[in-house]
Amino acid sequence: MDQIYNAIFIGSIYALFALGFTLVFSVLDILNLAHPALFTLGAFTALFAMQQGVPAGLAVLVAFVVCGVAGVILDRVAFAPLRRRNAPPLSAMISSIGVSLILIRLIQLKYGPDLQAYPAGSLPADVFTVAGLQLDTLRTVIIALAVGLMAALTFLVRRTRLGRELRALAENPRAARLLGIDVDRAIAATFFLSAGLGGVAGALYGFATNSPFSQMGLNFELKAFAVMVVGGMGSIPGAVLGAYLLSFGEVASLTFLPSELRDAFAFGLLFVVLVVRPSGILGQRAVDRV
Amino acid sequence: MDDLRAFFDAYQTTIGFIGINAILALSVWVTLYTGQLTLGNAAFMGIAAYTSALLTLKAQVPFPLALLCGSLLAGAISVPLGATVFRLRGVYLAIATLAFGEVVRVVILATPITGRGQGLVGIPPKTELWHIFASLLVIAYVCARLRISSVGRAWAAIREDEVAAASQGIPVHRYKLAAFVIGALIAGWAGGIAAHFNFAIQPDEYGFARAVQILVFAIVGGVPNVLGPILGAALLTALPAALQPLQEFRDILQGAILVLVIVYLPRGLSTVFDLRRSARLRRVGAQDVA
Amino acid sequence: MLLETASLTKRFGGVVAVNGVDLAVPEGQVFGLIGPNGAGKTTLINLISGHFRADGGAIRFANADVTRLPPHRLAKRGIARTFQAIRLFKGLTVLENVLVGRYVRSRPDVLASLVPFRDGGAAERAMARALLQRFGLGGRERALAGELSYGDQRRLEIARALAAEPRLLILDEPAAGMNPTESAALRVMLRELAAEGLTIILIEHDVRLVMGASERVAVLNFGRKIAEGTPTEIQADPAVREAYLGTADDG
Repeated sequence: MDQIYNAIFIGSIYALFALGFTLVFSVLDILNLAHPALFTLGAFTALFAMQQGVPAGLAVLVAFVVCGVAGVILDRVAFAPLRRRNAPPLSAMISSIGVSLILIRLIQLKYGPDLQAYPAGSLPADVFTVAGLQLDTLRTVIIALAVGLMAALTFLVRRTRLGRELRALAENPRAARLLGIDVDRAIAATFFLSAGLGGVAGALYGFATNSPFSQMGLNFELKAFAVMVVGGMGSIPGAVLGAYLLSFGEVASLTFLPSELRDAFAFGLLFVVLVVRPSGILGQRAVDRV
Repeated sequence: MDDLRAFFDAYQTTIGFIGINAILALSVWVTLYTGQLTLGNAAFMGIAAYTSALLTLKAQVPFPLALLCGSLLAGAISVPLGATVFRLRGVYLAIATLAFGEVVRVVILATPITGRGQGLVGIPPKTELWHIFASLLVIAYVCARLRISSVGRAWAAIREDEVAAASQGIPVHRYKLAAFVIGALIAGWAGGIAAHFNFAIQPDEYGFARAVQILVFAIVGGVPNVLGPILGAALLTALPAALQPLQEFRDILQGAILVLVIVYLPRGLSTVFDLRRSARLRRVGAQDVA
Repeated sequence: MLLETASLTKRFGGVVAVNGVDLAVPEGQVFGLIGPNGAGKTTLINLISGHFRADGGAIRFANADVTRLPPHRLAKRGIARTFQAIRLFKGLTVLENVLVGRYVRSRPDVLASLVPFRDGGAAERAMARALLQRFGLGGRERALAGELSYGDQRRLEIARALAAEPRLLILDEPAAGMNPTESAALRVMLRELAAEGLTIILIEHDVRLVMGASERVAVLNFGRKIAEGTPTEIQADPAVREAYLGTADDG
């Protein structure tokens, strides 16, 4: 039971992380490799805020806004000039690597490369029991928050005007412009949401482990590839499905694989899906035809 | 003469790494020139590094033979891998090769003979500077001549338009695979040389970060010609050494260079004297990375 | 017959784009293929050139079954083509485009290319230049293919296809975007090539060009062949008139 609880928790973090990644990919076809850096930025923004005495809940909000704004700036600096000249998606991916290097180093300049900890007593540490199951408040709240955010994002994309604009943009940028959609605003919103979610995921994961460090995003980046590919690149429900599939698979794999091979599960899964069904479970098409 | 010798002694390691990184950059150049983004070369490097190091360390195999075995094993593994992943394109191809790299890393971590996370130490220091630069010279020459041969023309045609290339009778799949295998052989050679230059190797050296670094060398230098990757590797390896006092800002500088090059000089630094051609290529809408 | 198709069929989802088409193209002739938009002409030649795989039926080329061969194998056997939406190697030069077209006829030079200072390609380049001269592109060989005018791009695509010295040349709307003078010159060129023994399948919207250049013409509508014959017979065929007049498209 404890394992299932754990799988739900880690799956929620994977999902939150992958959603932001997926959002940018589905709308703009960009694989934003600076997303893990924004994830890390989220954890450290929360740390900074809490060191100034901000309560944890508010610190998550601060992380959301700060990372969201950082995401918009990232787009203006690294992606917008490429978009204007119609550069291939590969260029944007490489450009995001550059931004990622800068961002991680800036975090290291302030906090160093080692593990940090949130101020003592700033995070709930109590444990409660439901139906004989020991749950801790912190992770339960995190799961609830993550699921709530996933639902909110799905609602936003499916039901609101902004969501319609984003879908139009994803379908055909030129047509979207002709339809009178403010494309620049929609792109900025995409990056704000994507980076904000990444930041929240980072803050929450930082809370749960209470040991944020500057390279914490790296492992998530690779896992997020698995999540997105398994669920179908660019599919929001696919990312959520893929995230839980991966986390449950990882937990299950621990029963028959040695723990060093835990990560092999994700990449093995990723590789197999790419070879057998590259469009993923809920995806559209990955292999072009004539 | 004495000054020169003193310079070489002081910077021997850096000079060696310039050469090794240049070879690695050429290994990814081959596939980039064909228009394919693959990120598996760090793993091929690792496979060959471990193979050759184990051969010299545990079986006293002569150094050149060990190098050859490592490189050939990397090449042999790349054949079935390439045959499977080249059904994919663009980011899917990049992610699949990356996943392969992670699987290799995890397998090394789980195999006792590799020393697992501790890595291998005490590898005989067989690599001399001249080995590195003689290898670089030969590899660069072969790449440069291939580029202007009918093979290079076929690679360029595939990069420009796969469907049209097939219509001209070019077996597209085979040429892509050939580029991939050549890249793996080159990366493997570099891996063996690097292992015997360094005395110690660890699985983490061949992960995601290395894969990205190799790509960055080639892209910053420029893919249109063979000098580009060498230039990129030299610059990005020498710069940190030259900027020792500013070491903390090294990543920031590298990140900034990467973004600036992609935004303002998309075909790489080596095309800086070729701006008119770049502008013409952009006007006709050709791929601007290669 | 150089090329024969027997009940060739291709479906996309529920749509039958090519429906049981039988064609017989004799050697050394220009064979016209016409039909309203969406009649299945381009799908048919994508099947013949191997870019699509048939759902039914067979293709024979030069007395061999080639139904399942991929494009590069067909190119090697002597089928060359152009594309309706021009597909040149835009970032390569005009000369390089023709040299790539020469691929199936040039000897592999991997090892030879490693010999320092050796230049094995001189003969190939001379051949390519001659071809460019013939198509009026002699002065443009160093230009990028993407920089050429529309009509020049169409001509370069034909030159690239001819560089392989094919037995069958498939032209998908070669006159699209050409002015009447250029189109007339193209007609003369096609007759010359046929006189040299080349077999040509010509898909064209410009009915005057097709009728003036072809020995035989087949008409496609809704994926089926509705008529075949000499240009005069086709012009008199009631089914063809129906197909063209019955649609808003004047083709």
